[in-house]
Amino acid sequence: MGGKDFGPIDQRDHDRTDWDNRVDAVLKLMLDGRRFRVDELRRAIESLPEKDYMSFSYYQKWLAAIRILIVEKGMLSEDEIATRLAQLRERAAG
Amino acid sequence: MAHHHDHDHDDHAPIEEGKAPTEFDLLEQAIRELLIEKNIFSADDLRRQVDKTDSVSPADGAKVVARAWVDPAFKAQLLADPKTAIEALGYDVGPAPNLVVLENTDTLHHVVVCTLCSCYPRVLLGPPPDWYKSKEYRGRVVIDPRGVLDEFGTQLDDSVEIKVVDSTADMRYLVLPPRPAGTEGMTEEQLAALVTRDCMVGVTFPDTPVN
Amino acid sequence: MNATFKVGQRVLVKEGDPPGHIRTPFFLRGKPGVIESIHGEFRNPEELAYGKEGLPKKPLYLVRFLQKDVWPDYRGPAADTVCADIYEHWLDAD
Repeated sequence: MGGKDFGPIDQRDHDRTDWDNRVDAVLKLMLDGRRFRVDELRRAIESLPEKDYMSFSYYQKWLAAIRILIVEKGMLSEDEIATRLAQLRERAAG
Repeated sequence: MAHHHDHDHDDHAPIEEGKAPTEFDLLEQAIRELLIEKNIFSADDLRRQVDKTDSVSPADGAKVVARAWVDPAFKAQLLADPKTAIEALGYDVGPAPNLVVLENTDTLHHVVVCTLCSCYPRVLLGPPPDWYKSKEYRGRVVIDPRGVLDEFGTQLDDSVEIKVVDSTADMRYLVLPPRPAGTEGMTEEQLAALVTRDCMVGVTFPDTPVN
Repeated sequence: MNATFKVGQRVLVKEGDPPGHIRTPFFLRGKPGVIESIHGEFRNPEELAYGKEGLPKKPLYLVRFLQKDVWPDYRGPAADTVCADIYEHWLDAD
């Protein structure tokens, strides 16, 4: 990242959304509960495909990292997440 | 008032203002629900965590800076052993990563960044602003600090060394900016009001007194 | 603590691009610097990132670089510098 020119800096402050706050809360619970180390989360963020790393917002990246680690550590399976997502998508559409 | 929780999944509907949920909304909900179902944490734990407000804000850093401006012995200790100095003011620095205070002078101007992620002295400033976490800031301040400072309205003479500090490990860096001219006789509280978040990162100077 | 390098000593950041979670910024690899201060010993984040203990702790230094040694086209004053915290195993004596 250091040395790259992505243009002017947007200096506006944005309030955290409710969504941001929920992700932040899950993050804090997982760290305080010693489920993850911050180094593992950083490593997971760094492993995201470049286009995601560049386009995801701050909390979108953390959520993506949480997803990687909960599967890696066997807390949940990709299957369980996919199934729940499908159910929620259906409910949202219906 | 009795409130019956029936643990319906729609309790924490992700939909904001009637918009259709995005994939990210759904992913957050899926992960949150599953982690609760698996007893990784409880719904109460989550509610309590969401309700916790950040108690730390830049006003805390400002108090420390103002004290350093009026009390030379405190300033010396702040530079040599920040943890002890700050705890003496009643702050619980805790087992947090280690704080280092960087003094800006007439000839040396520090500016802080985390090019690798978003490390920031949260223990005295609270959460970092969006621009600090942006790829635009992280990418450019190390290679063009004068250009970046210019964008923030800060010009420095060529005779001043700009020292960019990249927080790549466990240390967290706080800038101690110089006390502005024309502030003689001001109280600590009045001085603290001049100390902005941005001047403790190093992209600006403190505000000057308005007469 | 056995810190190999002393304050004021000239060092060279190692080259290389090993896989995994590395906290030595790319823009400083292979560059010459000077030890500015010694922070003490810390667990190795490269191992913490994969759930390991990161022991034994390694000495961590604040290393200072002249901007003109880091960026060939740096247009600011010659005295401008950039610093970063770098673990001992990423440094050689210069």
